[in-house]
Amino acid sequence: MKKYLLILGCVLLQASVLLASDPEAVQLLSQVKKKYDLVNDYTASARLVTNVIFIKAPVSQVTVYYRKPDQLLVKNQKGISFIPKGTVHINMNNVLALTNFEALLSGTEMVDGVLCKVVKIFPLSEEESITRATLYIDPEQLLVRRSVVSTKESGTYSIKMKYGAFSWCGLPSVVDMEFNTRDYKLPKGTTLDYDNGTKKAEGLPQKGKVTIQYQQYTLNKGLPASLFRQ
Amino acid sequence: MMFFDVLRIELFKVFRRPRTFIAFGAIAMIILLIQFALKVNGQEFILFFTDSQTDTFDIPVDGILNGYFVCVAVLHIILVHVPLLVALIAGDMIAGEANGGTLRMLATKPVTRSQLIIAKFAASALYVILLLLWMALFALVGSLLLFGSNDLVVFKETDLHVISQTDVVWRFIAAFFFAALALIMIASLSILLSVFADNSLGPIVATVCIVIIFTILQQLKVPVFEQTINPWSFTTHMLGWKGFFYVEKTADGVTIPGSIEQPMALVKSGLILIGYSTAFLLAAIGVYRRKDILS
Repeated sequence: MKKYLLILGCVLLQASVLLASDPEAVQLLSQVKKKYDLVNDYTASARLVTNVIFIKAPVSQVTVYYRKPDQLLVKNQKGISFIPKGTVHINMNNVLALTNFEALLSGTEMVDGVLCKVVKIFPLSEEESITRATLYIDPEQLLVRRSVVSTKESGTYSIKMKYGAFSWCGLPSVVDMEFNTRDYKLPKGTTLDYDNGTKKAEGLPQKGKVTIQYQQYTLNKGLPASLFRQ
Repeated sequence: MMFFDVLRIELFKVFRRPRTFIAFGAIAMIILLIQFALKVNGQEFILFFTDSQTDTFDIPVDGILNGYFVCVAVLHIILVHVPLLVALIAGDMIAGEANGGTLRMLATKPVTRSQLIIAKFAASALYVILLLLWMALFALVGSLLLFGSNDLVVFKETDLHVISQTDVVWRFIAAFFFAALALIMIASLSILLSVFADNSLGPIVATVCIVIIFTILQQLKVPVFEQTINPWSFTTHMLGWKGFFYVEKTADGVTIPGSIEQPMALVKSGLILIGYSTAFLLAAIGVYRRKDILS
């Protein structure tokens, strides 16, 4: 019996060691968060390009609203665009504002020519919509260059960021977000399409991509919470 | 007697009949009913098309439900049935005269039989154009007044196209022109069938039956018909008006303003419809010139 208890104790000890946060990772995350915390809210005008295999859409002019810690809204200025629900994950505070998590350093990797530290984050609370996140952090500038966020309900989002004039507060100039899509298919005969000879592209990955090119930021002017209740 | 005098008389005859205005009344009624239905249950209608994507995307239902979208929906629903309304008039052109006992008298007038058929065809074509203008007034102008304007979203079986509203109006004009081409072809078929009959009911029913048969063959989507009959069936090419709402995109997935997906397919469809119209009209002239008029 003692033997089994000893083995169980060892396993639990090893598991707790494995899950314990890496202090260097936690410190790096807190440094990055300090930078992102400079922004309480912003309004940004941006161009949004949707690249999904079954959608043909023009470039949209959108307004992005953000309010600390995790409220984000993308609204079309005019026209129509299909905005992925996961766009909320372009806000890095979604991950950085987590309080109950484990973080591990997982080596380094080049992102757009910048050597980044890879930090894996595992939320511990069951209530979090994020199940796992990987941040590729530029340790010199304390910027997240890439993130891969897995969610409970809407799959995995891979986000790449480029920075410009607002890098001092962690706001990107360009965001590329890749996400999983479901096949679009209506029952035959529903739309009685005109057959112009176009064949549907088969075997292509069901991945969608959204590119947001920010044109202008207005920071910390105060945004009402009601704006995000739409 | 000049050709235009004959045409004027034929137009007078067409617009003197009450049945001519049944079509205008029916179209106005159907369009108003569709607009009312979409005003009340438009959200459900759009969610039917976007159901599979509601987990992934925020569906801009309010934006999609605009005048342009409603107009395309109206055209999609009623253009399939308009051949019946065209046949009601064109099928009566010769057979109606035979039935009324005026065909023999008409043949004694100083006008060639070819001119008479061409005048009747031209009168039918003008009727078709007026019908489409009426449809455009209610479906496009009416829908824009009721639902406002925005970008147009076109749902296909396997993809969806978003067209900027600045790139839409010319597409509607082109689509109405193409629909006119298709319906004029139906008119020429009806006139051809009308030449053989002494009672207008026969050519009207025959025209409708032919359209129904070819539409069913097309909807069956069976390879044996898709490879043999459907590529040459006029019902396949009559749907060409929809082709003006299919756009091309760049490698980044962005629609190209002013573009049409496979424009040569539309040219081919247009030429096939013109070919059918010409063939039916020439056949009608040929048969009528040799026709022994006994009624």
